[in-house]
Amino acid sequence: MAGVLLLLIVLAPLAAIIVMLLNPRPRLAEWVNLAGSAIALAAALPLPWASLGNAPQVFLDGYVIADPFGAWVILCAAIVYFLASIYAVGYMRMLDEDARLPRFYALFAGFGLAIMLAPMMNNAGLYWIAIEFTTLVSTFLVAFEHAAESIEAAWKYIVVVSAGISLALLGTMLFYWAGTFVFGASYNMTWASLRSAAPHMNPALVGLGFLLVLIGYGTKVGLAPMHTWLPDAHSEGPAPVSAMLSGALLNAAMIGIIRFLGIVDAAHDAGPLPRVVLVILGAFSLTIAALFIVRQTGVKRLMAYSSVEHMGVMALGFGFGGPLGVAGALYHMLNHSLNKSLMFFGAGSMMRSFETKEMRRIRGVGLRFPVVGALWIGGAVAITGAPPFGLFASEFTILRAGLGGPETWAAILMAILLIVIFIGFLNHFRIMYFERPDAEVVPKAGVSAWCAAPMWLAFVPVLVLGLWWPDAIWHYFVVIAHGLAAGPTEVALR
Amino acid sequence: MIITDLPPLAASLFSLIAIASLLLGFVMLGSRWLRHYIYAFAAESWLIALLSATVGFYGGISDLYIIAALTVLFRGCILPYLILRFISRRGVAREMQVALQPSSSLVAGAFAVIFALAVATHLCRGLALAGTVAVVALTVMLSLKLIGFLMLTVRHEAVSQLLGLLVLENGIFLGAQVLVPGMPLLIETVILFDLLIVVVCFGVLVRYLASHVGSTSALVLNRLVG
Repeated sequence: MAGVLLLLIVLAPLAAIIVMLLNPRPRLAEWVNLAGSAIALAAALPLPWASLGNAPQVFLDGYVIADPFGAWVILCAAIVYFLASIYAVGYMRMLDEDARLPRFYALFAGFGLAIMLAPMMNNAGLYWIAIEFTTLVSTFLVAFEHAAESIEAAWKYIVVVSAGISLALLGTMLFYWAGTFVFGASYNMTWASLRSAAPHMNPALVGLGFLLVLIGYGTKVGLAPMHTWLPDAHSEGPAPVSAMLSGALLNAAMIGIIRFLGIVDAAHDAGPLPRVVLVILGAFSLTIAALFIVRQTGVKRLMAYSSVEHMGVMALGFGFGGPLGVAGALYHMLNHSLNKSLMFFGAGSMMRSFETKEMRRIRGVGLRFPVVGALWIGGAVAITGAPPFGLFASEFTILRAGLGGPETWAAILMAILLIVIFIGFLNHFRIMYFERPDAEVVPKAGVSAWCAAPMWLAFVPVLVLGLWWPDAIWHYFVVIAHGLAAGPTEVALR
Repeated sequence: MIITDLPPLAASLFSLIAIASLLLGFVMLGSRWLRHYIYAFAAESWLIALLSATVGFYGGISDLYIIAALTVLFRGCILPYLILRFISRRGVAREMQVALQPSSSLVAGAFAVIFALAVATHLCRGLALAGTVAVVALTVMLSLKLIGFLMLTVRHEAVSQLLGLLVLENGIFLGAQVLVPGMPLLIETVILFDLLIVVVCFGVLVRYLASHVGSTSALVLNRLVG
């Protein structure tokens, strides 16, 4: 069952790419990409249920895995991919680039495919390659508009992330080396085999390996101080690409860190250092995000720094650990994916309507766009973690986990910074909605239904998830937390 | 574990090749001419291929011969050729402005090697591998990593940054041949292919840089801040 679903998730975007390459027509490409993303989402929705079981299911000689954690990340990615595909239809038509649209959608589908492939990889080396592949595809999506700024953002993105991710490769290699002392020179580097070897690995080697992996994939996740590529790439790419980068890609890189964290936890002598470093990086990301959010001038950069913030929150959740921390972080993953897509969709529409990225030239949003404006400001309230939205529930859970654990200081710092971000972020929205403009600004045109529909589709679940945290999802998270803490007992060697 | 019971000749050969690659890293660090970087990089790749073949011979791992051949083909021939082509098309012969003069970079590189040696010695003592070729391999791997980062930070020309990234990967590859020669063939091959794609992507981006930004120096990339 899970195997069929994974196959569908891979084949749907792949088929879409092939059709677009064979028959490059702009309108066709829109529909094919939309169909591909819809099929992928339809397959990803039941995947969490299918992935539950006594042992994680592996396919293709153990290279592909369907485990609850991976299924959750795939689900988040598929949702964002689907929403962004709807939005892209409306948004990309505004760019007047019809001739290049088939190429855009082919890259877009490839990007979605790469993101959903990464959590399926059951081999640390293949996972690294999947993440590297996401970078290569998305670079051209970031550079799509061919403005000097987009090229600059794409260049910084590929240089910083490739350099960072090469550290992750070094770390992965050190883990493999540590495993050879247990399994002998040649073995299949699955997550489960590394985990089962962990108690016998050399603690110094495991510690160094994890720090390298954390810095490496942390660059991709956008944890400060390795986040420098993120605001540029998120703000200069087309809005649907920004949503994919923020809502889907960052989670796919996070899962790597957490899987390695599970391995380090299984090594008995590793000490508290790995978790403490993860918590420190999370807290530092929140700090940096708070400082830059308060003084931000660009509307999409504001959203980008908010991504740094939320990745920091997730890092804190996983760093605090325990069922509460892990559940909070996983719930936050879904909520953030939905909510950040909504925010980027709104920002993209406003940016096109007012023809500027500068917030000081966007005024009177609420009056000019009653429906889209209301959704966008609702999303802004949600993303700052105010009740009754989903992010409040998940952030509150993470806070509870932090206050109950040894790193109380981080939880207190998180609470303070979240309040600072709440004030800073919403102040920008107050100005954009209610402040009088310096000069009369007239928005160009309305927002098409293609652009408004995905905002509804993202807003309603965020509200529902805030009012009602389903028991089934909670139990699902407990299963994942248990898997991360204990690990499967039986392992196929070699 | 083949590291612990190597014949002395093999151990010296491995060390010799590893140290020679490290020296080539310094050649890149000490030069301003882009062409020199590429020749040094190509030579380093050939050395790594030689190392793979030697390890394969002494360890009896036939997969490594395939890796060696692929390394020569991709890293030793195709990548340098592609990069040389960029340079001759762009007409950029040398690094115009550097943040750190080549002589100072050499000193910084030397410190990087000392640091790497300290880390490697510490790690290998814990693994009961002190005094084996693992120390050299680990040192060279970490030093090439640090030298690659140094090149990335002090050089501004797009091609130098790409080469800096390739040096980072060369270091890992070199270390992997000695430390984990049994790494599955699939992974190593895919990583090699991946490198080719990376270089092609960089090539396209460099072309964009030249046509839309007007320069291939990272110094002009200063619009996005805050």
